[in-house]
Amino acid sequence: MNTLELQKMANEVRKSIVTATHSAKSGHPGGSLSAADVFTYLYFKEMNIDPANPDAPDRDRFVLSKGHTAPGYYSALAHRGFFPVEDLKTLRQIGSHLQGHPCMQHTPGVDMSSGSLGQGISVAVGMALSAKMSGKDYRVYTLLGDGEIQEGQVWEASMFAGHRKLDNLVVIVDNNGLQIDGNIADVCSPYPIDKKFEAFNFHVINVADGNDMEQLDAAFKEAHTVKGMPTAIIMKTVKGKGVSFMENQASWHGTAPNDEQYAIAMADLEKVGEALCQK
Amino acid sequence: MSEVKKIATRESYGNALAELGKEHEDVVVLDADLAGATKTSTFKKAFPDRHIDCGIAECDMMGIAAGLATTGKVPFASTFAMFAAGRAFEQIRNSIGYPHLNVKVGATHAGITVGEDGATHQCLEDVALMRTIPGMTVVVPSDDIEAKAAVKAAYETDGPFYMRFGRMAVPVINDNPDYHFELGKGVMLREGSDVTIVASGVCVHSALEAAEKLAADGISAEVINIHTIKPLDKDIIAASAEKTGKVVTVEEHNVIGGLGGAVCEALCETVQVPVMRIGVQDEFGFSGPAGDLLKEFRLDGQGVYEQVKTWLA
Repeated sequence: MNTLELQKMANEVRKSIVTATHSAKSGHPGGSLSAADVFTYLYFKEMNIDPANPDAPDRDRFVLSKGHTAPGYYSALAHRGFFPVEDLKTLRQIGSHLQGHPCMQHTPGVDMSSGSLGQGISVAVGMALSAKMSGKDYRVYTLLGDGEIQEGQVWEASMFAGHRKLDNLVVIVDNNGLQIDGNIADVCSPYPIDKKFEAFNFHVINVADGNDMEQLDAAFKEAHTVKGMPTAIIMKTVKGKGVSFMENQASWHGTAPNDEQYAIAMADLEKVGEALCQK
Repeated sequence: MSEVKKIATRESYGNALAELGKEHEDVVVLDADLAGATKTSTFKKAFPDRHIDCGIAECDMMGIAAGLATTGKVPFASTFAMFAAGRAFEQIRNSIGYPHLNVKVGATHAGITVGEDGATHQCLEDVALMRTIPGMTVVVPSDDIEAKAAVKAAYETDGPFYMRFGRMAVPVINDNPDYHFELGKGVMLREGSDVTIVASGVCVHSALEAAEKLAADGISAEVINIHTIKPLDKDIIAASAEKTGKVVTVEEHNVIGGLGGAVCEALCETVQVPVMRIGVQDEFGFSGPAGDLLKEFRLDGQGVYEQVKTWLA
């Protein structure tokens, strides 16, 4: 996929996020939308995966450490062909394979169950370590929230990854700047994020705009060149990106749009889609 | 009288892992800076490439074990019971239990027999915590032979598996040709008709001693060793309760939620008889030599004997 195609797909993923959370009447649109571009980049460009064979032993792995943004993850998986896009409307309902937080036993393509913050990164580290122990060359990606890195376990895992020089591991931090109680800098500041990962012996790549496909492309390409240390990609994003009334609003962390808001959100995204078609 | 052979079950754990490592390439052992104490150093020496020291970071260790398990390895995550079941409870629950990953938790230094280190290290809650996790197997071996068998069973059983080992050397009680370890099956050690004593771990030996003393007083005690707390062998307990009409449980654990709790839950669904739960009576431990602490908490043979005698009187 070229950049334009990726941008269009990311917009489709955004529509699905809004649709799924609207159907569920709950869920986490804000952080799903901020990460929609990276979900799209990973599943349509970066990762060596095959929807027809989701358990292939040598595939690349992804762990959604910030598990509450499952709507974004599920939307990317569905559009990539792991399961029907229509399933997204069953999000969070009884009998659905789409649990409120990712469940590897239920959803095709999900490599690890997650949701309790701080835990996914350790699992990703275990996967990357396993590849090294077995002489396999698959890569492991994990996405963390910027609020999530307040969890101490994140730094236990980072210390281990740096110590073990896991250069097949890419830790992505979605730095949208907001958590449930407000601005991360006000609640309990994790800044400077890049210097922290540097101190834990990571190669750090700062992405000025993590909602820009070209900047993501440059970052992930650079990550492939890194040897002897894990990579941390710290990407500045906009929480709620693409939906006018959700952008940069902490209140949209875990609230679903009602019917009226849904219509506005979809109209916003339709406009983005039309603009992309003019390119 | 011949000298009784004594081995700590943590030692058995280390030895069994080293054996397992020889047979199975997929066995990986993890530690959190306690390889010397958990006795996994034996494995580490034999298979340095398959031993992972995570440093003092138990929560991370459980996550790493989960990650290894998703790729087909069989990790044995080892640390003290307090830091496995206690500190890393939620990691075990959410990253191992919920996805039903094939992770084995080897928890050593359980109970008051940690000894001198005192209450902060004497885990009396782990069985209660672990058995509430759906799909988790919980085994509390009573001696060297049973502990080694448990490690083998853990490898052969798919899914999360918690093993509770002790620091203190305990007598070998299962070295007879009839002994056969079967996961989820209790072991009838002594038949009796007046009272049933159900015990686990180090307390199985105490229960046998108590039964001997009771016999001298004309009381016939049946002794059942429950090495697998989950899934619990409800049948053997119910059948014995039916026969004797009175059940005593003995464990080196808080009487809330452990073996005593599990047996009461089983009996209230099957044979309703009075149950006395011998164990740590909802309090913290304290420092002292391990053997003396067993006496102090009345979990040695004499202590169990006296408590049962008083209860029956």
